Amino acid sequence: METLFFTIVAAVAVLSSILVITCKNPINSALSLVMTFFCLATFYVMLDAQFMAAIQVIVYAGAIMVLVVFVIMLLNIRSETGKRSNHAVAVSSILAFLVLFEACYFLFRSTPAKEGMGPLTSSVIEQVGHTELIGKAMYSEFLLPFEITSLLLLVAIIGAVVLSKKKI
Amino acid sequence: MDALLALPPMYYVAMVAKVLVAFVFVLLTVAYATYAERKVIGFMQVRLGPMRTGPYGLLQPIADGLKLFFKEEIIPKQASTFAFLVAPLIALVPAFISFAVIPFGGNIEVFGYTIPLQIASVYDPQVGKVLDLNVGVLYILGMASLGVYGIVLAGWASNSKYSLLGGLRASAQMISYELAAGLAIVSIFLMSGSLSLNQIVADQAGAFGVAGWYLFRNPFTFLAGIIFFICSIAEINRTPFDLPEAETELVSGFCTEYSSMKYAMFFMAEYANMVTVCAVTTTLFLGGWQGPAFLPGWVWFVAKVYFLIFCCMWIRATYPRYRYDQLMRLGWKVFLPITLVNVVATALWVMVVG
Repeated sequence: METLFFTIVAAVAVLSSILVITCKNPINSALSLVMTFFCLATFYVMLDAQFMAAIQVIVYAGAIMVLVVFVIMLLNIRSETGKRSNHAVAVSSILAFLVLFEACYFLFRSTPAKEGMGPLTSSVIEQVGHTELIGKAMYSEFLLPFEITSLLLLVAIIGAVVLSKKKI
Repeated sequence: MDALLALPPMYYVAMVAKVLVAFVFVLLTVAYATYAERKVIGFMQVRLGPMRTGPYGLLQPIADGLKLFFKEEIIPKQASTFAFLVAPLIALVPAFISFAVIPFGGNIEVFGYTIPLQIASVYDPQVGKVLDLNVGVLYILGMASLGVYGIVLAGWASNSKYSLLGGLRASAQMISYELAAGLAIVSIFLMSGSLSLNQIVADQAGAFGVAGWYLFRNPFTFLAGIIFFICSIAEINRTPFDLPEAETELVSGFCTEYSSMKYAMFFMAEYANMVTVCAVTTTLFLGGWQGPAFLPGWVWFVAKVYFLIFCCMWIRATYPRYRYDQLMRLGWKVFLPITLVNVVATALWVMVVG
């Protein structure tokens, strides 16, 4: 049952991510990307990570992609125009191939995890709650990275204001 | 997932029954909300409202539906067809599936099997409590943010200036007010310590009755409740925040180019969103299905939701439309700071008073 469900969702995810790069119309590409995010959220649910799934939908599918769609709409790019390939495309495809190679290399080099599970099994998650576990980890163990991220976001906000306002 | 197969057959029967009953009930409510809206506004303006179709115009929603159903479908030549066709669906579906996590009644027992009246939940006899989606509120927020796509796409795909302006207005407004609404809910999380809607409703019970509701627990949750309701009305684009479809300036905005059933779908999405928003407000702030025991829980739930729907119509009949810059200022410069301060104040209240 679980395998069947996984296969269906994975097929949709792969199909929609292929559509992201093959669609002629940028809006349709963006929509396919939303679909891919949605499939990822489904995978999170299957891994007992409902909080991650909800955040995936709210932040990526809901907020970030809406802004991307906005930009596409306002720039009014109707569909693909101009040359099909140039140097930038060549360089980026080489880079993408290298990344793929690296991923495959690490995938085949790694050994399967040793027998027995870590402390966070699905029954623990069910008892304590996924949100609580993430919250505890984020505000105790990973407090420093969390604070650094918030500083980064603050800098980004200030930068956006400085760039967009002519007179401050 | 494998645990799903081990469940008793009653589980599947109960699940299908719950989905069907809730869906049909919401659909009927949506259909008759259009009738009620015209009647209520009619009475408030000293008119009669629809009177011709059936006794007291009661068959009006059915007549409207039939009329829209048999109208000709028009797809503009310059529209991008796929997005144009898919947009009404994207608007309609999230409005309905938010209902999956809203508890609309207490547990009922059928043939010795306990059924919680909430679609996405199951009663665990071993633990003796109801298990539901433990991020219910976030699920609702996520679905609300997906609903934006329907309107953005409708505006863009129609390839008309009115539609594009309407779509842009609608989505900017929805994104802005989602923030304040989300922050208003945070004070509820601080009080309940849980994201599960079932838990939140259970926490509002108690001998106090009305005083147990989060709305009346402390001054800050009261403020949060009021702001949440206003932001929700803005998020579903109703008067006084219905700029996206302002007839006088935008000839009904993002759905200008739509006709027939696709137009009806937008209309249904709007009313379904209203029902959803009222149900969420009831669950979070008005004690959900809790009420005096002489009536079953779902009756109280429906009564509270219908009262809030009436309030929406009342507001529509009372207030004129906001101007766009006023609307944005209200969202970003008034509600957002207030809710931010409110979160801190509620946290302090929880720490000091408990």
